[in-house]
Amino acid sequence: MSELTLAGALTDALATALDKDQRVLVIGEDVGQTGGVFRITDGLIDRFGDQRVIDTPVAESGIVGAAFGMAVAGLRPVAEIQFMGFSYPAYDQILSHVARIRNRSQHRFSAPMVIRMPCGGGFGAAEHHSESTEAIYAHIPGLKVVIPATPYDAKGLLLAAIDSPDPVIFLEPIRLYRLVREEVPEGYYTVEIGKARIEAEGTDVSIITWGAMTHEVREAVEQLAVDGISAEMIDLRTLRPLDEDTIIESVQKTGRAVVVQEAPKTAGFGAEIAALIGERALYSLQAPVERVAGWDTTIPLKKAEHRYMPTTGAIVAAARRTLDA
Amino acid sequence: MRNILDLEGRLVGEAPIDIDTTRRLYRALVETRAYDKKGTTLQRQGRLATYAPLLGQEAAQVGSAAALDPHDWMVATYRDAGAMWMQGYPWEVLLLSRSGDERGGRPPVHVDVLPPSITVGAHMIHAVGISWAEKLQGTDRIAITYFGDGATSEGDFHEAMNFAGVFKTPTVFLCQNNGYAISMPRERQTASDTIAQKADAYGMVGEQVDGNDLFAVYASTKEAVDRARAGEGATLIEAVTYRVGPHTTNDDPGRYRDPEEERMALDRDPIERVRRYLEHEGAWDTDWEESVQAKASTTIERAVELAESLSPPSPEDIFGAVYEEMSPDLRRQFEQVES
Ligand SMILES: Cc1ncc(C[n+]2csc(CCOP(=O)(O)OP(=O)(O)O)c2C)c(N)n1
Ligand SMILES: [Mg+2]
Repeated sequence: MSELTLAGALTDALATALDKDQRVLVIGEDVGQTGGVFRITDGLIDRFGDQRVIDTPVAESGIVGAAFGMAVAGLRPVAEIQFMGFSYPAYDQILSHVARIRNRSQHRFSAPMVIRMPCGGGFGAAEHHSESTEAIYAHIPGLKVVIPATPYDAKGLLLAAIDSPDPVIFLEPIRLYRLVREEVPEGYYTVEIGKARIEAEGTDVSIITWGAMTHEVREAVEQLAVDGISAEMIDLRTLRPLDEDTIIESVQKTGRAVVVQEAPKTAGFGAEIAALIGERALYSLQAPVERVAGWDTTIPLKKAEHRYMPTTGAIVAAARRTLDA
Repeated sequence: MRNILDLEGRLVGEAPIDIDTTRRLYRALVETRAYDKKGTTLQRQGRLATYAPLLGQEAAQVGSAAALDPHDWMVATYRDAGAMWMQGYPWEVLLLSRSGDERGGRPPVHVDVLPPSITVGAHMIHAVGISWAEKLQGTDRIAITYFGDGATSEGDFHEAMNFAGVFKTPTVFLCQNNGYAISMPRERQTASDTIAQKADAYGMVGEQVDGNDLFAVYASTKEAVDRARAGEGATLIEAVTYRVGPHTTNDDPGRYRDPEEERMALDRDPIERVRRYLEHEGAWDTDWEESVQAKASTTIERAVELAESLSPPSPEDIFGAVYEEMSPDLRRQFEQVES
């Protein structure tokens, strides 16, 4: 065991995978000597060489398209996109090819690959560096979409993603990269993709979230407890495939649900969760489902960013509304 | 522009293959044309979805694919049935792919030819990644990718060429410049004199060849394949040809080009040129021609029967191929289709 940040756990996962499986390689912009802009690939080129830790030209579509070809030809590429906001040049490759090859070849070819990208805001970054567009990936059949919120999960999920026979969009909440340290086992282990995690058990209200918002939800659960409200906190960890049963069982138990996302509200992934609860647990509900989300604006730059980010207070208030209903 | 066989079927350079091989490739040209004619006919009868004829491009496809090893990779498009078949993709599977059936994207296990790309331009980088993976794994397998003149305008063409140049991947870029991208003439795609010259900008070899000259296409591709296998990197070949038919069976070329142009293309027919060559060499007669034609049409008829004997894909085929294993949320939907 060692105490690692989420960022450190990701580096550890990559090193573990590179060490374990000769087919694994890392490919992206500045992933070599620099170790990536967030240093997630730090030190890997020295250990594994420049044939397995590959610096590329600045070309996201090229990175994903080439990684796709490598995956088809039997390798297990882990592609890094520098920021989620720069993944869109590769969106066509992801949607039209990476996600579809298994279907369009009826299992004859597949693309076992991981596309890592840092996501989310809250740290006053430059324009395009604070995106939460997970819904545009979660919408695509053929992709798995994973977003860890703890160092332990980050390592286990990344190793599971690299092992996945199907492509995985691996989202890394920037705000959590170095927020806390946690005991992370050494060596190889996986966390199953498609399984949510109940971080806190509760009986009065279910709060469902993912990624960096786990931080605010955790605080909200503590504040609610002070007032004797028992909130259950679910960290989805995987958006596709969605662990529907964990959500539904929780809501059937508590009768109330708050969905929390950093992304803009409209057509966000939270809407999918709310709709799912409507379909499968409507008669258990004692109050309307609440959504706490970013506004339907472009995420503001540094000076006004705090006006956008969902707050602990907003989550507490939403949970209270479900109890007052 | 590289040329070996002139319009009369006379050698103006050195023949890169012997007479037996030429006769074999002549059969392949004829069979490809038989498939293509059948494709158009079947579409008119409502038995295929849209069909994109390759009429006039047979030598560009057969000649280039003939230069490959059987285990080489191929990443091609909706118009490249001739090349794909040469590399082992069966006619019946190609027909399936054009009939609106996902199983048309599944060649036999030993055939490493990807399903035909429908998106223009996005697939070239896949050949780069594939051949790069082979290089990293230390095999001698290369990848060839086919695309049109229109595809060279897509941004992904640049990224593919650039990666191939930087990483010296064993890739052959085979552009069939057939003069058109649907209705847009080649001049609307690029202001450069040739497509081949774009190779310069990426630090790779580029060559323009007469795409209706089987020998020139073969020779040029063979050199590119040998270079790739020897670790000398990628090549861009521009095979200048002509799309004699419409873009697809939905298209009406009368709206954008002079029919006279199509008539002139008949003089450049790639198959007739090889036939004349074989005749000059005393390796062609009408009896043989009849047997070649008969064999081609029986083969294609048989492929049509095979393709049409399959019942449509089941919901299991569709839901079962989204992921390796159906996820629980997807299974819930699948059960709704079933019930
Ligand atoms: C990305 C993309 N844009 C547009 C289309 C529609 N489309 C299909 S074929 C074609 C023209 C392609 O021309 P070219 O690359 O010269 O190939 P050809 O059809 O002549 O073989 C277009 C625009 C497409 N399939 N994909
Ligand atoms: Mg064209």
